[in-house]
Amino acid sequence: MILIWMLCILLAGGILCWLAAQRQPLLARWIALITVSADLLIACWLFPVYQAFPDNSSWFINYQANWIPALGVSFHVALDGFSHILLLLTYFLGILAVLCSWKEVRERTGFYFFNLLWTLAGISGVFIAMDLFLFYFCWEIMLIPMFLLIILWGDVRRHYAAYKFFLFTQAGSLLMLLAILALYFIHGQQTGNYTFDYFALLQTALTPSTAMWTMLGFLIAFVIKLPAVPFHNWLPDAHGEAPTAGSLLLAGLLLKTGAYGIIRFVLPIFPQAAADIAPWMILIGVAGIIYGALLAFSQTDLKRLIAYTSVSHMGFVLVGVFSFSSIAMQGVVMQILTHGLSTGALFLMAGMLKERLHTRDITKMGGLWTSMPRLGGMAILLTMASAGLPALGNFIAEFFILLGTFSNNPVLSIIATLGLILSAVYSLRMMQKVFMGPLISTVPVVDLSARELIILTALSISIVVLGLFPQPVIDTVHHLSTIHPLLHE
Amino acid sequence: MNELQLIPLLPFIILAMASVVTILLIAFRLSHTVIQVTGFLMMCLVVFATWYVRDTLPEEVPPLFIVDGQAALFTGVIIFCVLVIGLFSYIYFEEREENPKEYYILLFLATLGAAILTISQHFISLFIGLELLSVSLYALIAYLRNRNNAVEAGMKYLVLAALSSAFLLFGMALIYMEAGSMKFSGIAEKLPQVSSSPLFLMGLGTIVVAIGFKLALVPFHLWAADVYQGSPTPVTAFIATISKIGTFAVLLRFAQTIHLQQYPLIIAIFSVIAISSMIVGNILALRQQNLKRLLAYSSIAHFGYLLVAFLPGNEAGTEAAAFYLIAYSITLLSAFGVITLLSSREHEAETLDIYTGLIWRRPVVATILAISLFSLAGIPLTAGFLAKFFVLSAGVQQAVWLPLAVLILTSVIGLYYYLRVINTLFGTSGTADVMQKTVHPFFHVSTYITLVVLAGMLFWIGVFPGLVLQGIRLFLLLH
Repeated sequence: MILIWMLCILLAGGILCWLAAQRQPLLARWIALITVSADLLIACWLFPVYQAFPDNSSWFINYQANWIPALGVSFHVALDGFSHILLLLTYFLGILAVLCSWKEVRERTGFYFFNLLWTLAGISGVFIAMDLFLFYFCWEIMLIPMFLLIILWGDVRRHYAAYKFFLFTQAGSLLMLLAILALYFIHGQQTGNYTFDYFALLQTALTPSTAMWTMLGFLIAFVIKLPAVPFHNWLPDAHGEAPTAGSLLLAGLLLKTGAYGIIRFVLPIFPQAAADIAPWMILIGVAGIIYGALLAFSQTDLKRLIAYTSVSHMGFVLVGVFSFSSIAMQGVVMQILTHGLSTGALFLMAGMLKERLHTRDITKMGGLWTSMPRLGGMAILLTMASAGLPALGNFIAEFFILLGTFSNNPVLSIIATLGLILSAVYSLRMMQKVFMGPLISTVPVVDLSARELIILTALSISIVVLGLFPQPVIDTVHHLSTIHPLLHE
Repeated sequence: MNELQLIPLLPFIILAMASVVTILLIAFRLSHTVIQVTGFLMMCLVVFATWYVRDTLPEEVPPLFIVDGQAALFTGVIIFCVLVIGLFSYIYFEEREENPKEYYILLFLATLGAAILTISQHFISLFIGLELLSVSLYALIAYLRNRNNAVEAGMKYLVLAALSSAFLLFGMALIYMEAGSMKFSGIAEKLPQVSSSPLFLMGLGTIVVAIGFKLALVPFHLWAADVYQGSPTPVTAFIATISKIGTFAVLLRFAQTIHLQQYPLIIAIFSVIAISSMIVGNILALRQQNLKRLLAYSSIAHFGYLLVAFLPGNEAGTEAAAFYLIAYSITLLSAFGVITLLSSREHEAETLDIYTGLIWRRPVVATILAISLFSLAGIPLTAGFLAKFFVLSAGVQQAVWLPLAVLILTSVIGLYYYLRVINTLFGTSGTADVMQKTVHPFFHVSTYITLVVLAGMLFWIGVFPGLVLQGIRLFLLLH
């Protein structure tokens, strides 16, 4: 029940923002902040509940209510350690998204925060839905407000980017809908029980060819969202043109829904088909790592550069998931968290720079360290995190993934390791172009304000903490090793 | 035929009386308002009558009619639509130069035609219903005869509808020649002997042409955009909803009685029609700058989707089709309602420029339009999503993969133009809207409220379809 409250708080908060802004535009941001903070508090409060749960392997909150009984659709939400961590990430980044839009958004504030909160609601719905119909429902709901965020508050080429984003993801999700329906009918014909319930559908027996086709329906949707290489096309545009908070949510959370979907649905429901396709997916992942890094190196647009680093980092996720080793799986979860934080932070920085310099072109920046030492210091830490420097969270993640993959697929994991080197190259280039060298921009800039400092400090601290003490996170996702038979070994 | 059999026909008799009453009222030179209110009450009476006779269902009235749950369901949707369209008509015609009184006679006659289609089980009643509908529509489309496009649209519809009627008659004659019966069940009995006869199949084929014309399916869709654009907006809404629901209902009954879906040839023909409708409709809509034309093309695509539910010929398909039609009519009514509300005396609100930045000027109206567009695009939280979902699930159940794949592909293409309109709604516009003083605040307010209710229904059906679904199943069981 508490999970439904979390969703309702966000949805209601969104509507309240919209209404309140009609009278008093400044009120909306406070309402948004309070709403997301309330959800973060609830999510934190759930932590002791989780700890107290005797068997800390599985679903410590489970709530089911009838929704459309005629179709076997129920409002089934549940929480395990993995979902819980993702919820915490969602609300943490949600608060930062509200804070970073504090001054940036000046027009239609109410509607802006409405969209922001509804996106968050959709994302949290995706992470807790245990009914495939509900999952699809939330999967779609997070898209529309995101589309509006990009198209209304985005940059110059926002129309193109928003359409591209929507059409790519929608094509994938319709395929997924078809796959969900196929699964529903196959399960129904086998057992006579027509239901969309996740736990029931897990028991479906599939012939190899049906399993492969059905799985592809799911996998394509998730891989587009992730994004893996042939489908990554929408990402640089959407990330580049979205407003700062939009980029933050896209990179920090929306991409994670793809990874979550693969881990939660593709692996457990189609174990054999997933194992069959694994070498290809690892190949795609490695291609993404290298290709994303190379493209990131050649970008001059700061936000597009960061967007391509996401492609590279998400390649690691794909590699880790399909290497079927429990160490790599722990690395994947760490990667999901730390990439959300570090890339989110980089987008925030890009937003802060753009607010001051009115450009995203790194050839027009340079030498900013002298005028903005605080931002520069933060930037070094966060860029290094993104490049995978030891002692920071991303290192643990990528190290675990490579370690787990090495035993199954040494050649490809060695190639993937090159990605770490390339990431150092593009990160250093970015730092050097923006903060070092001669001063190019003549616009007088001010250093970070207190609000911005708080945002970046919070992110830096969490990245360092995750790098030094990853064990709590790894503990909560221990049970993920039971989702696929190969993971036991 | 005895008086007991008359009872189930009561709603249809009242519907027929509605036009007579309107004629009488005009004879007494009563005002537009009185006619409007009387018409509204008569339609409510039809609803009550349907409710009253529901226990006697299903009842056959041989040889022409059968009043069963399916007929009652579709009639119910038709009456609901005409109630809403009647309301829209008031503010629309009150601002126009024409005398609107005769309009209502035609409107009720056309509705009667569509309602008769839902209960026909005989070629004669089918033809009477279809002609009643078409002939009234000729006049309705060209009602504002001084307008550009109106006469053109009317003529176009007249010529093509007459042609399609000729096809229909020819097809009926061929089938009658082979099967020796004009009653659907009579034809079904003779099927084993005649089903391979080329003349019989040709007869079926020509009937498909006529039906395809009425439903504006590709390749019989050429009239759609011009007629949608040229007609007065409430009439466009009528064509888009009532006329198509009636025609689809009779197609459904014909197919059910003679088990149309057991012929691979017919399935192939309908698949081709469905696939080409989805593709052509969505592609033609892509670059439209005129909202009414855009909706015309989108409705071509939507009836392609609907045919995907019709293809399997099973119970789930019928259910999905009924749900689809309900969701679709509510959606289109709210979209056309918004167009009606925004149309002024001089201009039909049809070009997209008018809608630029509407959400900041008239938030409620624009939100309603946005919701209905989302529903047409099949986005969750709206009825359109579940409608598409049911169609997909009916198709998956029978594994008609090719049409399903096309459905998915074209839905994605379709998204583009719906998003384009929505984007226009959210655009920035320099011109502030001058709120005209409305002549009839009461009707204006009630139109407004109706629109809000319709949008609310879209949400409600989209989130809690249980009740509607139950209702549909309950009605469909009565056969």
